[in-house]
Amino acid sequence: MARMKFLCDAERCIECNGCVTACKNEHEVPWGVNRRRVVTINDGVPGERSMSVACMHCADAPCMAVCPTDCFYKTEEGVVLHDKDLCIGCGYCFFACPFGAPQFPNGPAAFGARGKMDKCTFCAGGPEADGSDEEFKKYGRNRLSEGKLPLCAEMCSTKALLAGDSAVLSDIYRDRVLRRGKGSEAWGWSTAYGDHGEKTREGAQERTQERTQAQEGRK
Amino acid sequence: MKTRLLALLSVAGIFGLAACGERPQIVEYKQGKYQGKADTRPWESAAFKGDKTAWENALRNRNQAQNEYKRVD
Repeated sequence: MARMKFLCDAERCIECNGCVTACKNEHEVPWGVNRRRVVTINDGVPGERSMSVACMHCADAPCMAVCPTDCFYKTEEGVVLHDKDLCIGCGYCFFACPFGAPQFPNGPAAFGARGKMDKCTFCAGGPEADGSDEEFKKYGRNRLSEGKLPLCAEMCSTKALLAGDSAVLSDIYRDRVLRRGKGSEAWGWSTAYGDHGEKTREGAQERTQERTQAQEGRK
Repeated sequence: MKTRLLALLSVAGIFGLAACGERPQIVEYKQGKYQGKADTRPWESAAFKGDKTAWENALRNRNQAQNEYKRVD
């Protein structure tokens, strides 16, 4: 098994925030802490793009490098996890992270008053025994030990957000890019419009043309 | 007296220079090797009981389920 990664397809993300909701509900994340959020660029402007962002489980994680208590660790699958018992809530990881992944339950507060850092665990829990109550209270559910992928990705309605083995994700994405298109080339077109989808589209175009001609004739 | 002072100075020098040493601060991640805190591995859970192959197969199936082109023709 290669490295575990997230991949968000900005062409597919519809900013539904389903991933954010799924994460919050699954791990019972406290109010004010967002392990995952959806970022939209050029919001409201035609061509806007959205992307779901959380901890990217970096190969060379800057949070790991700056932590003064060395509370981070990395699993064999490349998931960056941390030990909350060692965290002092200094916030260095927050400043080091380019994705704003580390979150603090007490928000922006004085040094030592922010609370212990919380972040996406790739649904892999923490150092406590897998599936234990203690692990759930500190880190949320450990889906990886149940043979499941992170819920945010599995819940994604448009499958914009993918999670899992990076090699497999690359294959899926490559496949998509090669087939990407409009009309019958798009996935789900025949499901939505049947085999006559193309005819329906042609019919709609003809009707529009007729309507335009009629309007011009009236003028 | 002189030798004692010399010995004391050399010991102080050793301790003083020890603080100047620089240890690498960046964690180097080696692919497939576990680093850091003691934690049970995902396939050691009650669901898989140490069967790494079964765990990998379960994840592989889940991974492939994300590809609609393979789910629906």
